[in-house]
Amino acid sequence: MKFSEEQIHRYSRQMILPGIGGKGQRKLGEARVFIMGAGGLGSPAAIYLAAAGVGAIGLADFDRVELHNLQRQILHRTPDIGLLKVDSGKKTLETLNPEVQVQVYSERITSANIRDIIKDYHLVLDGSDNFPTRFLVNDACFFEKKTLISGAILRFDGQLSTFKPHAGGPCYRCLFPEPPPPGTIPSCQEAGILGAVAGTIGLLQANEALKEILGLGRSMSGRLLLFNALSLCFDEVKIEPNPVCRLCGKNPAIKELIDYPLTCQA
Amino acid sequence: MGGISAAIERDIPKNREGRFPRFDRELNLKGKICPYTFIESMLTLEEMKRDEVLRVIVDYPPAVCDVPRSLKNEGYEVLDVSPINETDWEIWVRNKEVE
Repeated sequence: MKFSEEQIHRYSRQMILPGIGGKGQRKLGEARVFIMGAGGLGSPAAIYLAAAGVGAIGLADFDRVELHNLQRQILHRTPDIGLLKVDSGKKTLETLNPEVQVQVYSERITSANIRDIIKDYHLVLDGSDNFPTRFLVNDACFFEKKTLISGAILRFDGQLSTFKPHAGGPCYRCLFPEPPPPGTIPSCQEAGILGAVAGTIGLLQANEALKEILGLGRSMSGRLLLFNALSLCFDEVKIEPNPVCRLCGKNPAIKELIDYPLTCQA
Repeated sequence: MGGISAAIERDIPKNREGRFPRFDRELNLKGKICPYTFIESMLTLEEMKRDEVLRVIVDYPPAVCDVPRSLKNEGYEVLDVSPINETDWEIWVRNKEVE
């Protein structure tokens, strides 16, 4: 692929970086990233990936834009209220960078369709807001051997890790074997979330996605980042593959995808 | 121009022997500014074979310093930087091993 003068200008500030250049920019242009959720995490992640010239972005969300989303879900604008989030998100991304191909999935993502959807992508970013989806995404990524960049947020806290069990790293279930019982973990709806916390973690997910695509730096595989906005502290915990993990361990009990019930407390 | 010449004298050892009788490709970047000048040079070199020589022509004064320096940082061998006339400069660069 030959770069146009416009492309060189658009991406010039990253193409001059060591290790990117034309080859790296081409890798970005050929990359396909699936983002689960067009909300607080998916918004900043999608925006920065589109801006960087990631060739194809898949955006999955079945919700519509509501007023209370706009405090953090920066893919959407006030006039977008009532639109499907994926349609509003696609419009924002295409306005930012018309070169990016945005594929939208407004259907509910379940065990029946997720593997078919993610198999066409190189990388998966999880920005979902409930545990059944998180486990579904993790398990599907494991079976499809896709790298998963997982972000999670609540109140003033955030977490981030990259899961690559196909490359020797742990999976999400090595860290959290099963979804917590309904009601034990409050949702953002109950507990609240600072928009900038969502932005911080979503941005870091985009950062890690770019690193994985470019093959640059040190992966977050095997490392869990813990962020607290009030103390402005980033801590890191080492995580190892769990040999008795029910999904990626030596004697796995989970052989197929599970649809955990989506309760109101999830 | 004196300042730029002095900077080049400092940064790039001149190699005038034989005056590089041939180049494999030429890139005219007159009217282009940084960092476009460097990126276009690098993209052209990425398309070329190992040890092939590229001649780049620039007329944006900062590019006379910045393009050779950035190319050197990327591992390319800058062979020569010289004025052609009152406004234009030529930068000769040899391609590195293709990754």
